[in-house]
Amino acid sequence: MIQVRDLKKNFGPKTAVNGITFTVERGEVLGFLGPNGAGKSTTMRMITGFIPPSEGAISIGGHDIVENPLPAKRLIGYLPENAPSYSDMSVSGFLHFTAELRGLRGDAKKKAVHRAVEMCFLENVLHQSVETLSKGYRHRTCFAQSIIHDPEVLVLDEPTDGLDPNQKHEVRTLIRQMGEKKAIIFSTHILEEVEAVCSRAVIIDRGRIVANGTPRDLKMRSEQAGAVTIGLVDGNGEDVAAKVRQVAGVERVTVLGERPLRVRAFPKKNSGSDDIARALAELAKKEGWPLQELHVEEGRLDEVFRSITLPDTKKEESK
Amino acid sequence: MSNILTIAKRELRGYFASPIAYVVIVVFLLLSGICTFKFGRLFSNGQADLYWFFFWHPFLYLLLCPALSMRMWSDERRMGTMELLLTMPITPWQAIIGKFLATWLIVGISLLLTFPIWITINYLGNADNGVIVASYIGSFLMAGLYVAVGAMTSAITRNQVVSFVVSLVILLLLVMCGWPTVTDLFVSWAPPPLLDAIAGCSIWTHFESIQKGVLDSRDILYFVSVMAFCLFTTSTIIRAHRAG
Ligand SMILES: Nc1ncnc2c1ncn2[C@@H]1O[C@H](COP(=O)(O)OP(=O)(O)O)[C@@H](O)[C@H]1O
Ligand SMILES: [Mg+2]
Repeated sequence: MIQVRDLKKNFGPKTAVNGITFTVERGEVLGFLGPNGAGKSTTMRMITGFIPPSEGAISIGGHDIVENPLPAKRLIGYLPENAPSYSDMSVSGFLHFTAELRGLRGDAKKKAVHRAVEMCFLENVLHQSVETLSKGYRHRTCFAQSIIHDPEVLVLDEPTDGLDPNQKHEVRTLIRQMGEKKAIIFSTHILEEVEAVCSRAVIIDRGRIVANGTPRDLKMRSEQAGAVTIGLVDGNGEDVAAKVRQVAGVERVTVLGERPLRVRAFPKKNSGSDDIARALAELAKKEGWPLQELHVEEGRLDEVFRSITLPDTKKEESK
Repeated sequence: MSNILTIAKRELRGYFASPIAYVVIVVFLLLSGICTFKFGRLFSNGQADLYWFFFWHPFLYLLLCPALSMRMWSDERRMGTMELLLTMPITPWQAIIGKFLATWLIVGISLLLTFPIWITINYLGNADNGVIVASYIGSFLMAGLYVAVGAMTSAITRNQVVSFVVSLVILLLLVMCGWPTVTDLFVSWAPPPLLDAIAGCSIWTHFESIQKGVLDSRDILYFVSVMAFCLFTTSTIIRAHRAG
């Protein structure tokens, strides 16, 4: 549905987006991750046709956004950053207005507004002026606008920004549900969100894609990924660590904490985590350790994120 | 076409949701009345015409049109709704025309609401209604020009005050460059064709001739082409702003 090829954007001498390529198919939710200023919003503005790319091509459902903007824009629902809306309108007036711009009339318009209002829980504020709404409601009003025509493509720029935890949860659930039938791109800098919602994620840093894969793939890049953690109700840290170090395939061991005693074993290259886990379980039984937990680490997204995006930022600062 | 209508409707509702439309209409009616009956010496000059009513329009519009148009695009930029509007399946032209028409219509409504003055004149004596109709049309066209200049300046900035001041200055220059006191400044050194060109750009010159009751195609062409030029410039400014 969404195809982006070699996308570049320069603002004067500054390059905000520097050669981004990806595709999103129907049924996919693509998470856009990256530090502030990475170029997420700029990329989304180009995809939705608000700003023209300096180089590269974007096609939405086969329509080029620059050459053939109207059919492409019809397929897209867009929630811009900071969720703008006309403050002098009521929620209902605003949604009817956007429905009309989407070409909906009469009964179809009424139904579309009703559906969007229901999905975004806006019944209580329907006739309230947008100006007087709390930030969460204003955000959902703009969100409702983006799904009013039941679009095949959704572009959401920080859709959970400024919401309280319950609202965040609702919006994530909504995105995940809609992602089954639509092609969705959403940007965020909240990492749990990516794990909770996305089928795939790209990490962007200074205008480039620095990682691309399923949340699981990305987590595997973490240093922790594949390490085996064993936890005992109590015990002697040094003793336990020494014994764990003897297990075949273990490269090194760190003690995470005493009481409960938690020890992490990092596997050697080429040796399987599962084998180590099995060996550790047997070891615990043999030694009679009061076992509390034993699991293979999946890796952590924030660690991956930091290890990919931080070193470069630091380099730049020191210059 | 229906997109233009949708946008114009929203714009109109916006004007009436805030006090701005009411303020402009009431102030226009008040000042029209005062100017006509007080400064215009309507009753003392013994004629039944609306010369003095229309005489003040270039000045009234100078304040009222920029007050209406100043937020047309600057607010869209400031609130970020421009991003919403221009990612809808519409062309930028539809948005530009829709907003322009809505604002022009507000001035048109103010103008229509002055009909009691027209009735009064007819009651007082034998008015030349042909001249009056021509003047109304001319005044409405002139208002379109003012609003188009305001549309252009509101696209430059996200600040309404800046938009107001810049359009006021541009319009003032356009009015004054037809005055003899101003053209006299150039008479000594400027070649006559240039003088004519400067005076030909003036709102004053063109409105003056319409006020005499002749709707000359050249005057109409002047108003329409300045409008077209300003709206075209508006679209260029918006495109440049989007391109970054
Ligand atoms: N209109 C603009 N003019 C100049 N620079 C811009 C403009 N928009 C964005 N930028 C710059 O481009 C970079 C990327 O911004 P943005 O896409 O908003 O990042 P993100 O959404 O990932 O935080 C930033 O350094 C920002 O300052
Ligand atoms: Mg952003």
